[in-house]
Amino acid sequence: MSLHVAVATRSFRRYSTYTAATLAGIFTNCVFGVINALVLIAVWKQNPDAGGYDVHDAVTYVWLGQAMIMVVAIWGGGSPTDLATRIKTGDVALDFYRPVGILGWYLAADLGRAVFHLISRGLVPTVVGALLFDLRYPAGPAVWLAFAVSVVLAVLVSFAIRFLVAMTAFWVLDDQGTQVLASTAAMFFSGLTVPLVLFPGWFGRLALALPWASYIQAPADLWLGKHAGWDAVGTLGLQLLWAAVLLGACAALLKVAERKVVVQGG
Amino acid sequence: MVEAVVRYTQIARLWVRASRAYPVSWAMLIVGGFLITGIDFVGIWILFQNVEHLGGFDLHEVAFLYGGTGVAFAVADLFAGRIERLGQMIRLGRLDQMLVRPVPLLVQVCADEFALRRVSRIAQAALVLGWACTHIEWTRSKVVLTVLMLVAATIIFVAVFVGLACIQFWTIDSAEVANAFTYGGNTITSYPLSIFPSELIKAMTFAVPLAFVNWYPSLHILGHPDPLGYPDWTQWLSPVIAVVVTAGALRVWQLGVRSYRSTGS
Repeated sequence: MSLHVAVATRSFRRYSTYTAATLAGIFTNCVFGVINALVLIAVWKQNPDAGGYDVHDAVTYVWLGQAMIMVVAIWGGGSPTDLATRIKTGDVALDFYRPVGILGWYLAADLGRAVFHLISRGLVPTVVGALLFDLRYPAGPAVWLAFAVSVVLAVLVSFAIRFLVAMTAFWVLDDQGTQVLASTAAMFFSGLTVPLVLFPGWFGRLALALPWASYIQAPADLWLGKHAGWDAVGTLGLQLLWAAVLLGACAALLKVAERKVVVQGG
Repeated sequence: MVEAVVRYTQIARLWVRASRAYPVSWAMLIVGGFLITGIDFVGIWILFQNVEHLGGFDLHEVAFLYGGTGVAFAVADLFAGRIERLGQMIRLGRLDQMLVRPVPLLVQVCADEFALRRVSRIAQAALVLGWACTHIEWTRSKVVLTVLMLVAATIIFVAVFVGLACIQFWTIDSAEVANAFTYGGNTITSYPLSIFPSELIKAMTFAVPLAFVNWYPSLHILGHPDPLGYPDWTQWLSPVIAVVVTAGALRVWQLGVRSYRSTGS
């Protein structure tokens, strides 16, 4: 356990080194936050209760979405990218020799990264959004707690998906293609492009049940108080279910991959 | 100029051959490129399931704006988008290698890792633009203006790519600042600017002239009055703006190259 904490702390420090890059990223998040907020304000001006949101919910949703982009690494990245690189170079063979589980090691590293991105790329744009727009805030400590748990589960689900995608490098050698397809699905079905509540009919219900809904829609709905009581428990339960299933899949696929790895002699 | 085009083509051809080494991944990247910009338009379509007009524009008209800026941005990205990796090239010392080669530096930087698969993004935007065009009543002046608009918009985006990437000569890690204007500019011009506060439209007219990418010409083509009441000739101004920003971007590039100091790695 202390080993994993150490891995996470070092990962945190690794990402916190690049101050200029972090500031540049925050700036870009804020620009997109303003653009998307203004677009949704125009939509809600004409349809004041679209998707069961009011205009304050919609604007808050936009800024929460910008805050979560890097925390759940919607465009890919984080420790699974390191794994993909090590698979391509063959260094992954060393990882299999180590007396520490690969999955736990990479998960710890990714959690360290996520904490850094939550503080920098998550918190700062939210504060900027709060200064520029009239946002809505969680009503009471129980809602805050539910939101916090939801964010942790969001990172777990996203880590598992990114890890599965990285592992495709064992079979296709160049994982760029699967990366692009995975981040497209993540962008769309997380609700980053458009809130999932605006998706029409059965398509919307399907999107809400998919694992990517954990990234933005689930934490945002908890923050906005759209789920209360057992409804909130159900939302967290679905996230937990996806996290467990996908992490299980990671462990299983890792076993298959271990048998597949061929170490070249010499 | 001719030499630059020849050299660019040579370097580009090398990279295309290299990318074919992984055919499965290459195919997925083409599909992915089509989808990743495609979902933006699906997003707009979903918005229109909840409203009938956006800033006084219907879905076909927004599709024209989206397709116009999308085609121009995708073409600019195909030919010059790699310049956003300038900081990385500096950090890895690759820019030093490029400086000693007998090929114009800007050509080498833009042609680096040329990815033909990006044509799928052009195709996606062109498809939407084509669909939007079937809903327009064409006159000769509208056709001329549409062609002028697409050419000028592409040049404006190339200039924005080049000009803003130059920031990385001074602060190497700041690639993302440029994204706010390139990708951000593409996103914001996908919508009718009439939904934004007038200060923002003015900023996009006089400060960072992205409104000339599609907004002003489209007002004429789609037959909408200018919400800010600017005279009609502003709708024909895009080519002039393209020339001006290109001159500006080249000037910044020269300044950047002159003040460039290797990182020593």
